[in-house]
Amino acid sequence: MGSLIEVRNVSKSYWRDSFEIPVLNNISLSVAEGEFLGLMGPSGSGKTTLLNLIAGIDRPDKGSIVVGGTDITDLSESQLAKWRSNHVGFIFQFYNLIPVLTAFENVELPLLLTSLSKKERRRHVETALSVVGLADRMHHYPKQLSGGQEQRVAIARAIAADPTILVADEPTGDLDKKSAEEILTLLERLNTEFKKTIVMVTHDPRAAERAHVVRHLDKGELQ
Amino acid sequence: MRVMKLMLKNAFRHMLRTTLTILGISVAVVAFSFLRTVVTAWYAGVEASSPNRLITRNAVSFIFPLPLAYRDQIARLEGVETVTYMNWFQGVYIDKNQFFARMAVDAQTALDVYPEFLVPPDQRDAFLKERNACVVGADLAQQYNFKIGDVIPIEGDIYPGKWEFVVRAIYQPRDKTVDGTQMWFHWQYLDERMRQEMPGRAGEVGWYVIRIKNPADAGRISEQVDALFKNSRAETKTETEAAFQQGFIQGTGLIIQLLNFLSFVIIGIIMLVLGNTMIMSARERTKEYAVLKTLGFSGSHLTALIAGESLMISIMGAALGLFLSYPIVELFSLMVPKSWFPIFYIEPATIVLGATSALVVGIVAALFPIQRALRTSIVEGLRFVG
Repeated sequence: MGSLIEVRNVSKSYWRDSFEIPVLNNISLSVAEGEFLGLMGPSGSGKTTLLNLIAGIDRPDKGSIVVGGTDITDLSESQLAKWRSNHVGFIFQFYNLIPVLTAFENVELPLLLTSLSKKERRRHVETALSVVGLADRMHHYPKQLSGGQEQRVAIARAIAADPTILVADEPTGDLDKKSAEEILTLLERLNTEFKKTIVMVTHDPRAAERAHVVRHLDKGELQ
Repeated sequence: MRVMKLMLKNAFRHMLRTTLTILGISVAVVAFSFLRTVVTAWYAGVEASSPNRLITRNAVSFIFPLPLAYRDQIARLEGVETVTYMNWFQGVYIDKNQFFARMAVDAQTALDVYPEFLVPPDQRDAFLKERNACVVGADLAQQYNFKIGDVIPIEGDIYPGKWEFVVRAIYQPRDKTVDGTQMWFHWQYLDERMRQEMPGRAGEVGWYVIRIKNPADAGRISEQVDALFKNSRAETKTETEAAFQQGFIQGTGLIIQLLNFLSFVIIGIIMLVLGNTMIMSARERTKEYAVLKTLGFSGSHLTALIAGESLMISIMGAALGLFLSYPIVELFSLMVPKSWFPIFYIEPATIVLGATSALVVGIVAALFPIQRALRTSIVEGLRFVG
């Protein structure tokens, strides 16, 4: 299987006042199509930064990131926004659902950026919510759902537009053990059954066990 | 459609705050409309002026009279259609607080020169036939419950003595820009009394109103009229009716300018109220905007979302304010004597100005939150703790 994501010699620093804080130091990484990659490491090791760079929500200072043949470091802001809407499904630790929208409307959000008709959007949303097992809760608002259910809606939102890659930042970090297991099983299913390439950042060794490949980051370097 | 729904839901996420903002905007719009209406009412005489009417008055001051003999000389000038004349009578009806315009006019010609005063033919004939008859505006008749045949007793001040006028006609203003609170009676009746009681004041008119055939000739005819009486005992000043009316309100110009200024200060207040709400709302949603950007929503999407929400609130506030302005202005016009502001209504231009201001305010109030939302990177936004 060919590599879908190519991270080449990427470095990234942040500035706090006048202090430069190096986060990633000359990182190179390949992720094959259909792979389930787990990124582990202590706090501040740079794993979320690497995930953000792969997802195109941040830019490296040096190096390049090629996803599905597109060098996303060359894209303008608007091109990058369009690229994200077509290719990336993002799952956050704290779900980040829009509280005033129902589960259905939250999942529909990324589809509003496509040329799908209302009927097609409805079909996509219903399919995505069925995959995560929440077809019966589609008209519920986030506050009417449990944490695990909210995360499942977030996953439905991430897969609704059928993206090339799924990136998950501590997807079980805010969940109890049972809900965390359900989410991990769902991610595993998305990988095996729906052939989604997944990059997941986690602290949790049990979560990392579900990944095919686990890479460790420490002090901005891949071990 | 979904984006509109999101705007609406965002707008009312904090129901109390948004409701108070909408009420704040509506109160300000009511105040704006009211002040603009007062300003409009002040200029109503100027606005209602006819371009084919000239006013000739004494060059020294409006309060000095002109000889009646000028009439025929003016009437002979080329381009002059009709000449009429009037005197400010004033007097006291009931008490000094009951103010309305009372004027002695040349009855035969005045109604021809002022076609916007609509008098039924039978009433017109009755008015012309009777020496002490008067014609009153419909608004005045309504205010004092005057009916045809009623006698209006007036205590003279400029023209001393007891005067009685019989209502023989009630004129309807042609439209709402025409003053319906005037009372006209025969100049000849006034002149007869002056001949008997104060002969020195007989044969004097307050000012001439000249109806001209072509408004383009106003300048030429004005010059010719004034040239006729140059170096005479009573030199004249002739100007368009609009300029004459403008002269009346010149003394109050500063107050009007202040009212005008205040009406625009109110727009500024609306902007601050809405701007404050939008800044708070956008700040609270920093993380959500970052999530939307992550999903692929672009800067223009966020701009539309924030500006749309701001516009939605400003339009709701403006619509409520403009809607409430009508009964409030109506109530005010009922509470104050009609003769204070004979023409007092919300002009379409005030509505257009109010609505346009609300749109501008909606956009301007959204600028800072938009700039902030666009400048905040996704990573910063996702880390934001409100």
